[in-house]
Amino acid sequence: MKRKRKSSEIILAALTWTAAAATIGILLYLVVFILIKGIPYLTPSLFSFTYTSDNVSLTPALVSTVVITALSLVIAVPLGIFAAIYLCEYARRGNRAVALIRMTCETLAGIPSIIFGLFGLLFFVGALGWGFSVLSGACTLAVMILPLVMRTAEEAILAVPDIWREGAFGLGAGRLRTVFRIVLPAAAPGILAGIILAVGRIVGETAALLYTAGTVAQIPTTPMQSARTLSVHMYALSSEGLHSDQGYATAVVLLVVVILINALSAGIARRCGAKK
Amino acid sequence: MNNTLERGMGAVFFLSAAASILAVALICGFLLVNGLPIIFKTGPLEFLFGLEWSPTDTPPAFGILPMIAGSVYITAGAVLIGLPIGVLTAIFLAHACPKRIYALIKPGVDLLAGIPSVVYGFFGMAAIVPYTGNSILSACILLGIMILPTVTAISESALRAVPQEYYKGALALGAGHYRAVFSVVLPAARSGVLAAAVLGIGRAIGETMAVIMVAGNQARIPVSFLKGARTLTANIVIEMGYAAEQHREALIACGAVLLLFILAINISFSALTRRKA
Repeated sequence: MKRKRKSSEIILAALTWTAAAATIGILLYLVVFILIKGIPYLTPSLFSFTYTSDNVSLTPALVSTVVITALSLVIAVPLGIFAAIYLCEYARRGNRAVALIRMTCETLAGIPSIIFGLFGLLFFVGALGWGFSVLSGACTLAVMILPLVMRTAEEAILAVPDIWREGAFGLGAGRLRTVFRIVLPAAAPGILAGIILAVGRIVGETAALLYTAGTVAQIPTTPMQSARTLSVHMYALSSEGLHSDQGYATAVVLLVVVILINALSAGIARRCGAKK
Repeated sequence: MNNTLERGMGAVFFLSAAASILAVALICGFLLVNGLPIIFKTGPLEFLFGLEWSPTDTPPAFGILPMIAGSVYITAGAVLIGLPIGVLTAIFLAHACPKRIYALIKPGVDLLAGIPSVVYGFFGMAAIVPYTGNSILSACILLGIMILPTVTAISESALRAVPQEYYKGALALGAGHYRAVFSVVLPAARSGVLAAAVLGIGRAIGETMAVIMVAGNQARIPVSFLKGARTLTANIVIEMGYAAEQHREALIACGAVLLLFILAINISFSALTRRKA
């Protein structure tokens, strides 16, 4: 009896440890694999300022990534934060609109990026007539990251103790003043961590951009021009099939960016967790 | 003056919150309005269960069953691979992991969630395809890896939500640590684990770029796990670049069908998580 119990313990322990080791093993394998395949091709010419079909420079894509990310954030961050303020600070309990907003936010969060891409193609590119452009792409991505910004902002705002609000009200501050002077500053780290996660999603996005921002590999000079982000650039390299080594080099850059973003977001989240 | 500002900003906050309602309405509206006509023109049954997809022939054939089957097979395989490993990893994180190791592994799992799908695709092309070919199996393995972080995170929080007394009670009845976790805590967290599976399905069925790069993308009913297949998502991305008129509408209709799948998955996910709360 005792032996049986012991052996089942050992088997179950082995199972969990193996699975965890597999998860981490896969991650390490993937990272090391990409680094080994990509680093030899990280040449200075890969960072030259212009893209040609011989030298598939990633600098224009890097610039476009920054531009599209900034533009999407400018649209989605205020919307998301304001929406969270409404849900946490303004809406009355049992308000029917709140249930609907929560439900649609959940739905948005579950919609895959290709659907956002199709929607962007039909709405921003087609119906609004913006064509394949930085603006269409950024708006599509703004819709995509809205639920992420909204949810993390909501969590951060809810974590601000009620007693602070009551203190502000007691000192004669109105609701608006309380929100902007007390609640938002206290919630800022949590909101920021969410925004950084959103940046990560934008940087990694391809399917939503292919048919909204298009795939032109030059630096855009106006928001109405087409441009490709790093991820789209990688996909284009792989589907053209001529420069897949440079594709791996681009993957290294993208991977480094993503690792930095994750570390930053986790660091900020940890610091505001520690403060509490 | 102050009062107008208060009220004005209140309205701004409400309108911002309503943006998500507007977004969902617009997405559903645009996809359905642009996709449904071709479905009814082809005949809904013919469109959903037609075996032949040859959109550029005359007359064209718009049957998307091959792509539905491709999506379903690949998603099922991905869940088969990703769910057990993900749940076991979650058990490890919640109940077996020394604190110091946790601080190393948890960020790793988060990083796995943050890696872009094209990077997964490049990894799959060079590290999986050489062994299993451009096939359903390759796509299942790659997607299984990609849903790991989702499954792990949701299962972990479900496991942590189980009251400590359950575990202690099992110990008091003579179960070992792992026995207690597997036969008492895990069953108590089953609705959370199920929710993790559902969300994993949602991620897998909607994944596009990584699948395109490893699945072979043949638009025919899948014949074997070692042969290629095309998913609904892949179909849209591959053909949208040159599609026109009816063909284009048929691709949008593929998107509409995918959206319906996703909505059904979302509804079952929120039903599962709500019942727990």
